[in-house]
Amino acid sequence: MTFGGFRGVTVQAKDEFKLWQGMLIAGFIVGGIVYALIFWSSVMYRRRHADYIPHQFHSNKPIEIIYTTLPILIIVGIFYFTVVTENEVDAVSSTPSEIVHVVAYRWGWQFSYDSGYNVSQGVLIKTAAEPKLLALPFASNEYPRLLLPQGETVRIVLTSADTIHGFYVPEFNFSRYAQPGVTNEFDFTPTTIGTYSGQCTQYCGLYHSEMRFSVQVVTPAKFQQWLTTTQTSQAQGAA
Amino acid sequence: MTLLTDRPKVSDDDHGAGGHDGEHHGPVGIMKWLTSTDHKVIGMSYTITSFVMFLIAGLFAIMIRVQLTGPDSTIVSQHTYNELFTMHGSLMIYLFIGPFAFGGLANYIVPLQVGAPDMAFPRLNAFSYWLYLTGSLIMIGGFLTVGGSADFGWVAYAPLSDAVNSPGAGPDMWIVALMLTGFSAIFTGVNLVTTIFYLRAPGMTMFRVPIFTWNMLVTGILILIAFPVLFGALVMLWCDRHLGTHIFSVVGGGVPVLWQNLFWFWGHPEVYIIALPFFGVVTEVLPVFSRKPLFGYRGMIFATISIAALSTAVWAHHMFTTGTVLLPFFSLMSYFIAVPTGIKFFNWIGTMWRGSVILNTPMLFSIGFLLLFLGGGVTGIFLASPPIDFATHDTYFVVAHFHQVIFALVFGAFSAIYYWHPKFFGRMLRDGLGKISFWLMIVGSFVMLTPMYLVGLRGMPRRIAEYAATDGWTFENRLVTIGSLMIFVGVAVTLVNLVVSWRKPVFCGANPWDANSLEWATSSPPPHHNFDSIPPIRSERPVWDANHPDFTTHDHGLSPAEPAEVSV
Amino acid sequence: MKFEANFLIFLGIFGAITALVYGILSDELAGTVMLAGFALLGLFPGGYYLWWHRRIGTRAEDDPNAELVDGAGVVGVFPSSSIWPFIFGVGCALVAISLVFGFWTALPGFFMVISAAFGIVSESRHGGLSRH
Repeated sequence: MTFGGFRGVTVQAKDEFKLWQGMLIAGFIVGGIVYALIFWSSVMYRRRHADYIPHQFHSNKPIEIIYTTLPILIIVGIFYFTVVTENEVDAVSSTPSEIVHVVAYRWGWQFSYDSGYNVSQGVLIKTAAEPKLLALPFASNEYPRLLLPQGETVRIVLTSADTIHGFYVPEFNFSRYAQPGVTNEFDFTPTTIGTYSGQCTQYCGLYHSEMRFSVQVVTPAKFQQWLTTTQTSQAQGAA
Repeated sequence: MTLLTDRPKVSDDDHGAGGHDGEHHGPVGIMKWLTSTDHKVIGMSYTITSFVMFLIAGLFAIMIRVQLTGPDSTIVSQHTYNELFTMHGSLMIYLFIGPFAFGGLANYIVPLQVGAPDMAFPRLNAFSYWLYLTGSLIMIGGFLTVGGSADFGWVAYAPLSDAVNSPGAGPDMWIVALMLTGFSAIFTGVNLVTTIFYLRAPGMTMFRVPIFTWNMLVTGILILIAFPVLFGALVMLWCDRHLGTHIFSVVGGGVPVLWQNLFWFWGHPEVYIIALPFFGVVTEVLPVFSRKPLFGYRGMIFATISIAALSTAVWAHHMFTTGTVLLPFFSLMSYFIAVPTGIKFFNWIGTMWRGSVILNTPMLFSIGFLLLFLGGGVTGIFLASPPIDFATHDTYFVVAHFHQVIFALVFGAFSAIYYWHPKFFGRMLRDGLGKISFWLMIVGSFVMLTPMYLVGLRGMPRRIAEYAATDGWTFENRLVTIGSLMIFVGVAVTLVNLVVSWRKPVFCGANPWDANSLEWATSSPPPHHNFDSIPPIRSERPVWDANHPDFTTHDHGLSPAEPAEVSV
Repeated sequence: MKFEANFLIFLGIFGAITALVYGILSDELAGTVMLAGFALLGLFPGGYYLWWHRRIGTRAEDDPNAELVDGAGVVGVFPSSSIWPFIFGVGCALVAISLVFGFWTALPGFFMVISAAFGIVSESRHGGLSRH
């Protein structure tokens, strides 16, 4: 049962998904019990006689103690699992295989690989008139693509050039703010080949809706080949 | 026009005072509205004005939903859409739900429930209303400027809200409006706390105060804690925009995330400021229509105080994805707030348990509150976990969560309208139309919210003006729109109900519901000075005790420090 | 007044402990200062009420056995209808809007605010009566 969430295509995403499943199960159990109690008490005690006044009880110490302490215990439990998962998701390796600097701006993304390749694509308004701009499919060539090697850990170093943006990859079960003057660092260890959507989640103005990117996970060999090729062609282009 | 008021006489009768206020011959018509310091007139002004804001913001919501029903939507431009969601959120939160609760309901009901002739500071009360009205008009006036209204979201994050990224008069009018309405709230908070501390009738100890009034006391204190922080943040933002300061901009050594810290230190208590009054409404309605006293009165008070205290310590759970906040601290404190909220739920259920429940309109809306707030509260627990928040922050999952809890509060507001309308106007609202309104709204709410959660989990971000057909979000969005239209029709049915009940009135007396608290001891509507007589106060249900002497739950005069473990 | 005092002091102590814990754990200044402010907002009035309670003792509304007649007499001064809150409110709005549209609205605004201040004070001196 995914309960609507993504199973995740990175190691960190799968950790988050386990927590998600656990929380949902707990939520359905607790919520289900309370929903049942609400329905029961609304329906089963409906007035039969117009003048009936029921026994006027208003307190029951044992029950009150139970429903105060039991939630506290449940919370201590879920807090423990939350902290464990949070440490897994936020852990940064000391030896990532690649470092990518991501700079968010209004309204696009710049990906700069430490190995030398960088791309910057987004919505650039050249005229004063507001063009009728629509969002395209995520994998479109109009949007920058972040290539990652399967099974290896890549460090993302994230910042913003102007306002706050949100770097969000749904199937990585992860997002982080890109903020001016702040550098956020986190790791991805992708597990599954594929192309995944990415979008800005923190409202940043006029073309926030169109600030998309994609993430493509390829085999490590293909990744190295791509790095070399693009690095060379960029160097040639610059020359 | 009474000014030095004597206490009303003791009365053994169960009927309220006569409906005349023969000696009152103050101004009438428009001058009455402009000069009245009567908490009932001011409360009604707030209620009507805020409800108009609700309807306007609701129209913005419908426009948003129409835009998002299908992909590649160009019904409105991005700029217009950004104004729409900014003003929808701003009107709903700043101008409707708070003022309706503490300006409208509390102003009218609290003095009546404590047996007072008015609020502690009547002219300050009136002044608060005029600040609120002028502030509201200024905020809406932003639409008339060249650049349009504010369009940076109701939270106005820096640096988006600075002069470079959001130039123009519209944003400035938004800031100025909030400075005015913020002080309106602060002065109302002062009035509430003072009235409840100082103007209670003899015998009404703090542990015999009705829970609606107790909640308004705690709301008043939260207002005093939180709103000055918002005002400070707004002043800072204005200075950055106009005086060349660099408080929130990196250029010049400022810190953009400081805006978020300040805003949410206000923002989280704010959601409890808007929630506690409606918790209070539900806590009034459930005992009356279960014919039993509130279960766990003291636990309720302990829970309310805990919620208020904890609410000041959770603000950065809105900032988990900034990477700059202490995650475990805010996560744990946010989880802890679930405990007192759970206590309240069990007390509400315990009130109905083995009672004699009648499912009329006010009761249905209060039960609807329970159904919605429970689900929204549980999804809130999920969001309090940082890893889950990383996956869902700023997606429609969050939008669904807060709309679910806020719809619960709106159901509380409708419950209050149906419950207290007879007291305000001396005439009943039609129960049949009320039930139709309820069912449309509750079904519409779940039809709207469920797909919203799901599409958020599948990656749809919030505050986007349009999306592509290949995103796979279209089906859920269509359902969300259908749900929102059902709610719209449900609200319209209540409006029709208000008109019909005015045109063809069914008059009522002082206590049509056989209710418990002091407002039902006086006529409907109450006279100018509120009470001609007050029954003895020996429990939190003085009117019930007077009407049903064989079914009281007196604490037999024990002092409040001793436990009152008595059953009849 | 004792319960009210203890309630506010409890909030103040909660705020103080939270500010301390948060300040040490997070090393973040803004939140710590705001929590400390919250603590003072509970401790100051709460302390005042506690001192006041020791002077005044039990009031009629704190006495669970009080009869209504115990509270007989003047409850307070409740000023009747008055135009000044309206004038004051509109004046404040005009002063506020001058931040957006320029000083010219601040002039009538200040005039109204000052008139209202005089009006309210003079009303209070006459026991809250407005003249019709």
